[in-house]
Amino acid sequence: MDRDKIYERVVELVRPLSKNRTAVENISEDTSILEDLQVNSARLVDLILAFEDEFNIEVDDDAADSVKTIGDAVDMLAKQLG
Amino acid sequence: MTRKRVAVTGMGVVSPIGNTLDEFEAALQAGRSGIRKFEALAELNFKCQVGGIPQSIDSIATAYFDEEERMAMNNCMTYACIAAMDAWTDAGLELPERPASEVLWDTGAVVGSGAGGVETLGSRVVPLTDAGQVKRLGSMCVEQIMSSNLSAKIGGLFGLGNQVTSNSSACATGAEAIYMAAERIRNGQAERMLAGGAEGVSRYIWSAFDAMRVLARKFNDRPSEASRPMSASAAGFVPGAGAGVLMLEELESARERGARVYAELLGGAVNSGGHRNGGSMTAPNSSGVQRCITAALTDSGIDGSQIDAISGHLTGTFADPVEVANWAQALGRPPEDFPLITAPKSMFGHALGAAGAIETVATILMLRGGYVHPSCNCEDLHPEVEPYADSVAHELKELPDMQTVIKSGFGFGDVNCALVFRNSSN
Repeated sequence: MDRDKIYERVVELVRPLSKNRTAVENISEDTSILEDLQVNSARLVDLILAFEDEFNIEVDDDAADSVKTIGDAVDMLAKQLG
Repeated sequence: MTRKRVAVTGMGVVSPIGNTLDEFEAALQAGRSGIRKFEALAELNFKCQVGGIPQSIDSIATAYFDEEERMAMNNCMTYACIAAMDAWTDAGLELPERPASEVLWDTGAVVGSGAGGVETLGSRVVPLTDAGQVKRLGSMCVEQIMSSNLSAKIGGLFGLGNQVTSNSSACATGAEAIYMAAERIRNGQAERMLAGGAEGVSRYIWSAFDAMRVLARKFNDRPSEASRPMSASAAGFVPGAGAGVLMLEELESARERGARVYAELLGGAVNSGGHRNGGSMTAPNSSGVQRCITAALTDSGIDGSQIDAISGHLTGTFADPVEVANWAQALGRPPEDFPLITAPKSMFGHALGAAGAIETVATILMLRGGYVHPSCNCEDLHPEVEPYADSVAHELKELPDMQTVIKSGFGFGDVNCALVFRNSSN
């Protein structure tokens, strides 16, 4: 899948969990999911589930733990999707 | 040590007859029923296919909570949090920014439910766990099924730093929460407390009551007539849902900040009948009920002759005539001297853990407005209630000089609560 398309879907999926609306408006691949978007750390598991549903994949714990920024998520998903 | 006095300075309600105080009071005064028939219950072979379910909640929730907050709440939590937000603003307080505002160390919450996590258990935890899909439960189930789900969520909404807890005493929960929170203020341990109860809509809760044959089964074609407290033709309660939350506040500090005071909570009591002398898991020990009422009077520094009106627990079951007799005995008020009595459940059903709180909101609105709202569907009074017929509010009763009103909540487990409120102009 096209990296830009993955990026667009990641942004849409992280949006509802984000508490910092300003950071959402200025989102980029460098945006930190916890620090910048202020997603509650407990919700990372929900974000991973959302990725799995969206892209019909299974994300293992190590891959999930590698996701700190939006770019990390896109990288992880691009790798999984080949 | 002199105990502090407790004022009610704000109220919020989510109910089958309205989700704002104005809507709720208009329906109360008109005797308008919020009971409807639900085909989904018929399809599931419920014998009781009517219930009281709050309407138009999604639009309120969308206005009050962000998407993540809405995703993480079951309907019981949503009701509780809407009522808490409304109580807060009704008290004239500004809503704190979430999550950036400071912790309010002098403000807490006691808000409970009878079975607040059951819908989440039934709809998500059990099916996904049994299907071997534990991972798919995600992060949002624990906060919905923990017994403190309501108070925990409310504590975060407002940044509460005092005691934040959820009580549970079946159908006495909402009233008991108000008593517990008031005690915290009376003892000088908190300045403000959000207090109340909520109950969600769940077929997994209502089915268990349906199986017990304690729900109304004979009025599926006449929903507005189904909830019949004190009626000879009552044959079970109508399940309901919603939330009621009060802002309780130390009276002097409330006055200092210029808060409107709806009423003073003079006092109250909680106890249990111990499943003895006729009491059981599902029936009240009359001695316990009477002791609770007299203890509430003593705690309030009044006697039974000073009670102007009773908002009963009165569910539409065999227990109603017993309750009326207990009121007469405990207040020392025989039928010819019995105060006005009304049953709010006749309009919106039995909201279980929320009942005592929603009905306390109704009680305080009556006290403030100088009236007793109608007790519907009891034109055919139960023979044992018939001697008290002149005291039953079949229609709206103006009572402009009403000073003191008592509200009760009695629950499975043989537990009791009584609360006494006084007109705040005293």
